[in-house]
Amino acid sequence: MSMPDPSTLPKDLAPMATRLTTMLPGDWRALRPVVDRAKCVKCAVCWLFCPVQCITEKPRWFAAGMDVCKGCGVCATECPQNAIAMVSEDAF
Amino acid sequence: MNQLANSSRMPNSSRMIVCDGNEAAARAVVLARPDVVSVFPITPQSSLVESLSQFVADGVLKADLINAEGEHSVLSALQGACLAGARTYTATSGPGLAFMFEPYVRTPGLRLPMVVSLVTRDMLSPQCVWGGQQDAMTVREAGWIQIYCENVQEVLDTVIMAFKLAEHKDVLLPVNVCHDGNYLSYGVSRIEMPAAELVDQFLGEAEVNWHIALDPDRPMAVDPLTGGTGPGGAAAFVGYRKSQVRGMQNALAVLTDIHAQWEERFGRRWAPLVEEYRLEDADYAIVTIGSMTGAGKDAVDAARAAGERVGLIKVKTYRPFPRQAITAALAKVKAAGIVDRSVSFAWDCGPLHQDVMTALFASGQAIPLVGFIGGLAGADITAEHFQRVIDLTAQAARGDLPPSPIWLNENAHLDERE
Repeated sequence: MSMPDPSTLPKDLAPMATRLTTMLPGDWRALRPVVDRAKCVKCAVCWLFCPVQCITEKPRWFAAGMDVCKGCGVCATECPQNAIAMVSEDAF
Repeated sequence: MNQLANSSRMPNSSRMIVCDGNEAAARAVVLARPDVVSVFPITPQSSLVESLSQFVADGVLKADLINAEGEHSVLSALQGACLAGARTYTATSGPGLAFMFEPYVRTPGLRLPMVVSLVTRDMLSPQCVWGGQQDAMTVREAGWIQIYCENVQEVLDTVIMAFKLAEHKDVLLPVNVCHDGNYLSYGVSRIEMPAAELVDQFLGEAEVNWHIALDPDRPMAVDPLTGGTGPGGAAAFVGYRKSQVRGMQNALAVLTDIHAQWEERFGRRWAPLVEEYRLEDADYAIVTIGSMTGAGKDAVDAARAAGERVGLIKVKTYRPFPRQAITAALAKVKAAGIVDRSVSFAWDCGPLHQDVMTALFASGQAIPLVGFIGGLAGADITAEHFQRVIDLTAQAARGDLPPSPIWLNENAHLDERE
């Protein structure tokens, strides 16, 4: 059986996609993780635990990407240094 | 079981065997040659998957058999297998179907052409392991095609035909072949086994994942977030739903064509949607679904011999509902008595009764309908019960409509509950 190129299939037949489209959850966020740079020791626990993998490395600390971070607070809970505070978006 | 396995090696011409409906379904699966079968046993389906396991163990069925830890996993495993290109099969009943529900509702939307036998069982509670169609009727709006069989031969033939229907490019939907718990699961009769080579020619190669696949050579995202604020918005979701509904309606013509092909190749004719039995000059008719139809036909024959002008309408394909075939059949009579083996909790009648009412209203035909509910919890619907159905429907045809629903098998066993 010869298989058709997926991009040639009817658009309404079965739910599948051949192009990457992004739906960023940053605008779901009610609380924002704020890193206390004096406390951060760059242990990378936040980077490891972040469910949406939005943590990036900075010169002296780690920071969450605001386009993707949905404010779940896992990083703040897991941080061994208590260096991350969850702050209401109303403050920004 | 050894004897069962040894006798299952298929010669090249048809032959007669004696078996029950569960074994007939398992033998149909052997002939359809699926690549992956996933199973979990549940009464009254258990002997079906035991037969399949034995066939795989003996090398009669060359398929991967997955003994999953429950029905949710059974169907989830089959979804992955189907997306990888496998022809797939399983069977379940009552509470197993309930546990399967989450992947069950996802399967038709993904347009996965699976075949799953429902060995129908009455639904809990009260606790019950006996036959009834409440399990299948509970999922009648889940998007699966539902076909109900009358006898053991029809189970075998229909399970094979179901693979061709599911994989048809105009349909691409999963199919439930329903056979009554107790009466067909364990009811033994003589059946004709079609030749394996002829079934191979009839079905052809499996074509299950050309349109949606887990395939490194054709990378695609399967079932991405659709609707809402996703790409394409709600309009994309609407497009998929419309296409799914269209596939369901296409199944009516495809089923009719497949049944004609079956008759041509194997010489057995089954009405694909609705069977009309002694209806030509009938004044009134009874409407049946599933294995009760045999007793219904016997009762019609007896009433005919006594001078009654009564016919029978058997519903084989229930989802999609064959509204045109039903209204065409009912246009020939002045009244109808509908016998359901389950209930609609919403409508104080059976689900088939509700569908017939809807079809009649939509077609502008108004004839009196009498509703009967029988055969619950393994009860037999006998020719005597059908005689009562015929008498009360005749009364309705004379203009004296009895109040519905009428509960058959309502005999007073309540004193025995202790």
